[in-house]
Amino acid sequence: MTQVSDPPARTRAQIKERTLRTDPWWNRGRVVATLLTIWVAYATVRVFTGHWYFAPGYNYLTPFYSPCVSGECVPGASTLGHWIPAIPPIIPYAFISLPFVLGFRLTCYYYRGAYYRAFWRSPAACAVREPHATYSGETKLPLIAFNLHRFFFYMAVIISVLNTWDLVNAFWPTTAVTPDGTHLTHGFGFGIGSLIILANVVLLWAYTLSCHSCRHITGGRLKHFSKHPVRYWIWNQISKLNKHHMALAWTTLTSLMVTDLYIMLVAANAFPDLRIFN
Amino acid sequence: MADETTSTEIERYSYDVVVIGAGGSGLRAAIEARSRGLKTAIISKSLFGKAHTVMAEGGAAAAMGNVNPNDNWQVHFRDTMRGGKFLNNPRMAELHAKEAPDRIWELEAWGAVFDRTKDGKISQRNFGGHEYPRLAHVGDRTGLEMIRTLQQRVVALQQADSYEFGDPEARIRVFAETTITRLLKDPAGRIAGAFGYIRDTGKFVLFEAPAVVLATGGIGRTFKVTSNSWEYSGDGHALALLAGAKLMNMEFVQFHPTGMVWPPSVKGILVTESVRGDGGILKNSDGKRFMFDYVPDVFRAQYAETEEEADRWYTDPDHNRRPPELLPRDEVARSINSEIKAGRGTPHGGVYLDIASRRTPEYILTRLPSMHHQFKELADVDITKEPMEIGPTCHYVMGGVEVDPDSAASSVPGLFAVGEVSGGMHGSNRLGGNSLSDLVVFGKRAGDGAADYISALGAARPAVVQADLDTAVTEALAPLRRGEGESPYAVHAELQQRMNDLVGLIRREDEVKTALSDLEKFKERAAIVAAPGERAYNPGWHYAIDLRNMLLVAECVAMAALERQESRGGHTRDDYPGMSPEWRKVNLILSLHGDKIEMVHQPIPSLRPDLLDLFEVSELKKYMTKEELAGHRQAAALEEEH
Amino acid sequence: MGYLAKLRVWRGDAGSGSLQDYKVEVNEGEVVLDVLHRLQATQASDLAIRWNCKAGKCGSCSMEINGMPRLGCMTRMSTFTEVETLTITPMRTFPVIRDLVTDVSFNYAKAREIPSFTPDPSVKPGEFRMRQEDVNRSQEFRKCIECYLCQNTCHVIRDHEENKESFAGPRFLMRIAELEMHPADEADRRDIAQEDFGLGYCNITKCCTEVCPEHIKITDNALIPMKERIAGRKYDPLVWLGSKISMRPKSKGTPAVPGKR
Ligand SMILES: Cc1cc2nc3c(=O)[nH]c(=O)nc-3n(C[C@H](O)[C@H](O)[C@H](O)COP(=O)(O)OP(=O)(O)OC[C@H]3O[C@@H](n4cnc5c(N)ncnc54)[C@H](O)[C@@H]3O)c2cc1C
Ligand code: SF4
Ligand code: SF4
Ligand code: FES
Ligand code: FES
Repeated sequence: MTQVSDPPARTRAQIKERTLRTDPWWNRGRVVATLLTIWVAYATVRVFTGHWYFAPGYNYLTPFYSPCVSGECVPGASTLGHWIPAIPPIIPYAFISLPFVLGFRLTCYYYRGAYYRAFWRSPAACAVREPHATYSGETKLPLIAFNLHRFFFYMAVIISVLNTWDLVNAFWPTTAVTPDGTHLTHGFGFGIGSLIILANVVLLWAYTLSCHSCRHITGGRLKHFSKHPVRYWIWNQISKLNKHHMALAWTTLTSLMVTDLYIMLVAANAFPDLRIFN
Repeated sequence: MADETTSTEIERYSYDVVVIGAGGSGLRAAIEARSRGLKTAIISKSLFGKAHTVMAEGGAAAAMGNVNPNDNWQVHFRDTMRGGKFLNNPRMAELHAKEAPDRIWELEAWGAVFDRTKDGKISQRNFGGHEYPRLAHVGDRTGLEMIRTLQQRVVALQQADSYEFGDPEARIRVFAETTITRLLKDPAGRIAGAFGYIRDTGKFVLFEAPAVVLATGGIGRTFKVTSNSWEYSGDGHALALLAGAKLMNMEFVQFHPTGMVWPPSVKGILVTESVRGDGGILKNSDGKRFMFDYVPDVFRAQYAETEEEADRWYTDPDHNRRPPELLPRDEVARSINSEIKAGRGTPHGGVYLDIASRRTPEYILTRLPSMHHQFKELADVDITKEPMEIGPTCHYVMGGVEVDPDSAASSVPGLFAVGEVSGGMHGSNRLGGNSLSDLVVFGKRAGDGAADYISALGAARPAVVQADLDTAVTEALAPLRRGEGESPYAVHAELQQRMNDLVGLIRREDEVKTALSDLEKFKERAAIVAAPGERAYNPGWHYAIDLRNMLLVAECVAMAALERQESRGGHTRDDYPGMSPEWRKVNLILSLHGDKIEMVHQPIPSLRPDLLDLFEVSELKKYMTKEELAGHRQAAALEEEH
Repeated sequence: MGYLAKLRVWRGDAGSGSLQDYKVEVNEGEVVLDVLHRLQATQASDLAIRWNCKAGKCGSCSMEINGMPRLGCMTRMSTFTEVETLTITPMRTFPVIRDLVTDVSFNYAKAREIPSFTPDPSVKPGEFRMRQEDVNRSQEFRKCIECYLCQNTCHVIRDHEENKESFAGPRFLMRIAELEMHPADEADRRDIAQEDFGLGYCNITKCCTEVCPEHIKITDNALIPMKERIAGRKYDPLVWLGSKISMRPKSKGTPAVPGKR
């Protein structure tokens, strides 16, 4: 004889408060939201300005306009040619790369977490009730599309190569007149601007390589590391970088802005580039 | 509401085998019983996967020979017997040494992920009393790995039943947070079932089953300073006594040499022996590495005499002798105690365990991550930079239910015991790492034993006697019905303190006698403890019920400790400091008659000649009388000496 | 050294409950669990708390302390000031049994649906050969003490009871990752990770990682790599192209074990 009485239906502890946290849990979300907003505003304005994106002579092209393939691109900036005719800048000059740069960051695992928290508030902080009645995460469109991060990663690698090409140019001044009117000799040479671009490109590479997709492709997808010692070594290096992915996400935002700002100021002849060699 | 609190309604279940305890031994037994096609229930006081085994750190001993190929079962057997000071049941020690490797490999096939050697085998580490690196381990969380693996194996079996019967619990079901308070027998004296309550709801439950496997673990909660959790109230020991089974070796309680001593709230929490196995040393407040002064004669030949030799051993164990920090636990615990008593202790009443000055931080972090975590979080000590303060803590009971070595059957038909609740395997002192392997070796055997018993039983199943069931209900309800009375927490706290002070690491006749008379008073108080509140998850009530078991066990320990007039392993008598070959031949057996515990002397099983021959006669003569050695291959040598 | 701490403890059962105020003595070096035990021994003998090892090894004593999911036995009183009031509540995501004890059976049900370790049947026990570098990843996940704090904190089910059906929670998605990365396992749980266990619900906001007492990098090392493995199967353009060219039929994933929900 077996008598089994079903346990009574149980409910959660009824606690009204949205959270009982006593620390300033809202801080982080606010800081992230503010910084991201500032950056996006700055970038938007800059991308559509259509001025001061290239410093001739020095050969500095801001990353926001690279590759410069619109018909309006000034000579020197458009090292890869003009792909469409000149039209007023409702289309950004770097229309070819910007969607991917944007897509890469938008689908980045770190940024996703960060803006879900900061803007969408799901959750605003851990153990703080979110304001939405339902939640389906990244299971449906549009958010399910974030799984395309892998694709954006591949594009980001190409764009990093383009950035590197810009970097090479920044170390190879031309005889064109610089915004402040000086003449440089054609050949190897660099100034503070080149170094800033160098730092930016190094950081961009670090950010791109520390991507979770990269970690997966290079080795993470393997089951037996011991059978692939080289890939295991690479995976280890990428994993080390990956630990700093969040930090790199923020430093690259900063370095992009600093690089652009510097080039803008030099291009607008606010001050001349400080040359170190030629 | 009064109705609900005192309701006598009972849920009933019927099983072939009921395993009480979801630790390593219980789960292994249940897996075996289920694999033999029996309908099996696993009962546990705590949640599934949280039994005490989860706390084991160092490793599981098995002579796989992965690190040192010279290792084999004979060496393991010798080490075990030496560690237990030759009081072990030799058949158990033999089975254990022979079968442990297979049981460990089996865990691996079920998904356990042990640390690896360079060539991809299971890595093995050094531990006190083991001649070769022998402990399969995962960092310092081996118990977690074992219990999780067995838990996941149970789940795998349930999944098989999901596919076969559409019901994962068709043949194996876990009753978590359920406490058994009585075993029930049929009029012929055979096991018929187990009675208890479900902690969640406070409801009573009866499991009707012809075979019960006790796997309830130890008794450490009877002592104040202990590495054991609340589960260790000696339930299985008491249930067995109450059901008419016999306990043995109850005087042997292992005090682990290294428990935390500070802060007070964590006093007793274990510091794994691997700290010493991996290079940690013991120092007193003068900075002296004192263990060299305490190597006893019987171990002189195997242990280093200088620090240089001891340090060389870690890298070249074949040509150097072991550091004395790795002596068996009883020796190390006593030495630490002596240092503290002599006034060379640390500010918080321990001694120093130092690995910081001997190994790199990276090494410490990979080998001892959870120790690092534990000290950091609980004591604000960074063990990669500072020494730890440690002292002895009650850790393990060698004593337990007397069982048949091959089948784990007790003297009560249908009752089996395995794991820490069983006795005999470890003699007077258990070697580190021998428990985890004991759990799986004898867990499997108990499952088999129960299955064989049931097939011999045939169709007729023993039936529970209604009157016994009523008594069990009344007994369990008593503290709730009482309304006013003593607090169970207070009685328990005082009991722990008395046992620690009077029947602890070092014992004296007068003190143990005092303890025995105190216990009488505790019993009177326990009879009137009250637990206000409701039935559902009422810890006061649970404590009140556990007190009966702790008192029974405490009395057994004290009685046996008073009787045995020698010092051996986990039993140290200040007034009888030496080891006596005459006492070695004796097991103290306890049983319950009415409400009186009776104790008899029982000769210990002799070593088979082939097992005897595994030792040199020169070693055996330190433990055994000449007559016992007559059958030894070198017996002639013994004659010449005289 | 001791002082009287102000505690607000949630007392009650499924039906109802409330925060009740207590004053309890605190001594040097104590953790929250010690103080709750003192409360139990001196003022509230029937206060329900779940605990076992008191050393952060068993994962029983999960609760919320000042709103943060934590282990009672690993939260030192010294992390709070002597004047502040500590609010102690049961885990919110699971039904409450009594006081601080919750019904965590959800987790055991999920565990039972994940296909178990599936080695090559021809490898006999004792013949497994695995390198340390091959087991490191699984070992990190096996440090899990099943405290279910991550499950409790994850907003997917904490704030949306209705998602419990389709989301297994970080602990069990990590279990899938552990098996997928186990060098001797041969099953393929990628499809079911997404379809039956709801990996897509995770929006990688990392609260599971934040509360894990074992400091397992759940999101970075288990969840994201699993998302990547699934992306590799479903969304990677190069993989897609490769499979079109070679015309290799897509292998079928292991199905989930039917549950009794
Ligand atoms: C801190 C620590 C570290 C250790 N390290 C090691 C080591 O490195 N190597 C080693 O070999 N050994 C070690 N040990 C010893 C070893 O862990 C234990 O001896 C062993 O785990 C006991 O296992 P068991 O199966 O007998 O019982 P346990 O794992 O203790 O399980 C007992 C079970 O019985 C249940 N139970 C008890 N009473 C009842 C009841 N009345 N009703 C229902 N259920 C009940 C409990 O809920 C539990 O599920 C260590 C012990 C401790 C405390
Ligand atoms: S990272 Fe994913 S699984 Fe972890 S808490 Fe956030 S949503 Fe839940
Ligand atoms: S992953 Fe961490 S938080 Fe989650 S159950 Fe395991 S130990 Fe707890
Ligand atoms: S760029 Fe952030 S994860 Fe890929
Ligand atoms: S009691 Fe075991 S983790 Fe806190």
